[in-house]
Amino acid sequence: MEQKKKESARVYKQQQIAPGIYDMWINTTLAKQAKPGQFISVYTQDKSALLPRPISICETDTTNDRLRIVYRVAGKGTAEFSKYDIGHHVDILGTLGNGFPLEKAEGKRLFLMGGGIGIPPMLALAKAVKNAVAVDVIVGYRDKELFLAEDLAKYAPVHVATEDGSVGTKGNVMNVIEAEDLKADIIFACGPMPMLRAIKKYAAEKGIEAYISLEERMACGVGACLGCVVKTREVDHHSHVNNARICTDGPVYAAEEVEI
Amino acid sequence: MLDTKINIAGVTFKNPVMTASGTFGSGMEYAEFVDLNCLGAVVTKGVANVPWEGNATPRVQETYGGMLNAIGLQNPGIDVFIERDIPFLRQYDTRIIVNVCGRSVSDYVEVVEKLADQPVDMLEINVSCPNVKHGGIAFGQDPKCLFDITKEIKAKAKQPIIMKLSPNVTDITEMAKAAEAAGSDAISLINTITGMKIDIHKRTFALANKTGGLSGPAIKPVAVRMVYQAANTVKIPIIGMGGIANAEDAIEFMLAGATGVAVGAMNFVNPYTTTEVVKGIEDYMQQYDIQKLSDIIGTVR
Repeated sequence: MEQKKKESARVYKQQQIAPGIYDMWINTTLAKQAKPGQFISVYTQDKSALLPRPISICETDTTNDRLRIVYRVAGKGTAEFSKYDIGHHVDILGTLGNGFPLEKAEGKRLFLMGGGIGIPPMLALAKAVKNAVAVDVIVGYRDKELFLAEDLAKYAPVHVATEDGSVGTKGNVMNVIEAEDLKADIIFACGPMPMLRAIKKYAAEKGIEAYISLEERMACGVGACLGCVVKTREVDHHSHVNNARICTDGPVYAAEEVEI
Repeated sequence: MLDTKINIAGVTFKNPVMTASGTFGSGMEYAEFVDLNCLGAVVTKGVANVPWEGNATPRVQETYGGMLNAIGLQNPGIDVFIERDIPFLRQYDTRIIVNVCGRSVSDYVEVVEKLADQPVDMLEINVSCPNVKHGGIAFGQDPKCLFDITKEIKAKAKQPIIMKLSPNVTDITEMAKAAEAAGSDAISLINTITGMKIDIHKRTFALANKTGGLSGPAIKPVAVRMVYQAANTVKIPIIGMGGIANAEDAIEFMLAGATGVAVGAMNFVNPYTTTEVVKGIEDYMQQYDIQKLSDIIGTVR
């Protein structure tokens, strides 16, 4: 039974894997309940920075109760996390959000598409997907710093785009699909909003399903504050307006259901 | 046996600890973390006569020791609220205070009338939200407007009413007096303080609404001061709020003159804050051999 809780976890190890990108494993009892596409909220120890930072789950090691996050230093909260050594306490709240609907990939050709700091959850997905007939990982980076590409390659073929053209296809993940003539029946994706919009459009044109993971400024992370909403096509079952809570009803949505 | 009970307008609360409206939904989300039976009251998120969409995102931003929000009172409307949220809360042994919002007097009155036969203990009237364009704070920044709307609502309300005051005024005592004179049974303060944050990298406003309401520990001294001023001006009970993070903060508000205390933004930081405050107040009573908690209300003069 999945239960949300706040706990004091410990850093098992941490390293920088690309400029500004950190890879942290933590020991936590939440590892066992984590699903691909879910996230945890990570608290700073700086009392001036009160709100938790939502960070996607990259993968878990359930045997040893460990959970991995890969994050970009984007402000004072993540800068603090990046300095934690082995054994450092880290307060977390989780596991949060719905996760990707893995069962929908059964018998289908699947794209796992990640852009930038949206790549980490693709690793948990690549590990967990069992019944798809084919899986292609399509990832977009700024440059040759291909963080997590080697980990991903253990589970599925990895197709790379770089903005500067230093590796793989020059451009973005959509350019890779075209350049390599890749085909899928379903897409799971996480990345910047322009990428998700392009995927939503592509899926609609091809008549295929796409599930996209969204992000937004959050406060509570548990669905109470209504800070992190996305416009929805239909009236939401909980809010009774055309807004759904990304932290609770998401972060993963069928692309056609959200107005992005 | 420690007596933590307090009384507001004839309603007895097992302890003074409540949730600040808008930070706790209707308790459902936080019931996973805290035992709602331990709370004096759950004060629900503002509800209007019809569903409200709220503002565009980003709706929240962190600030130094606090946060800004501009949710815009998104709510599912009173009919859904009555059908879903009240029955949920009735399962618990805690008082229910429903926060009511509106854009016009008739909006407020419609909600109040629909709640007349409902098993709720008190109504908190939100005339102080800084994030909606029409109504809301317009009623809460002018003593005459506040007096008029209080009188209209009081005439229709079956439950005792609490007018929630805005700190965005020149003189809080004028507002407290207006609410009292119009028949409000209690007042709560403070709502959030209007603020702004600018993203220097994008050179734009950090909130889609441009301005938002500041809450969290950063505003606590302002809140304590205003509670103190109000308590020394009116006789009706006060529910104090603004940056309460622990029992020490809650005690501070009570010494300043608050009968009830509400935890707001800190629920987001630590979902267990409310019950920790309840426990911490009992510890304080033991430490100073206080038998009856209500004896300390307003004792710092």
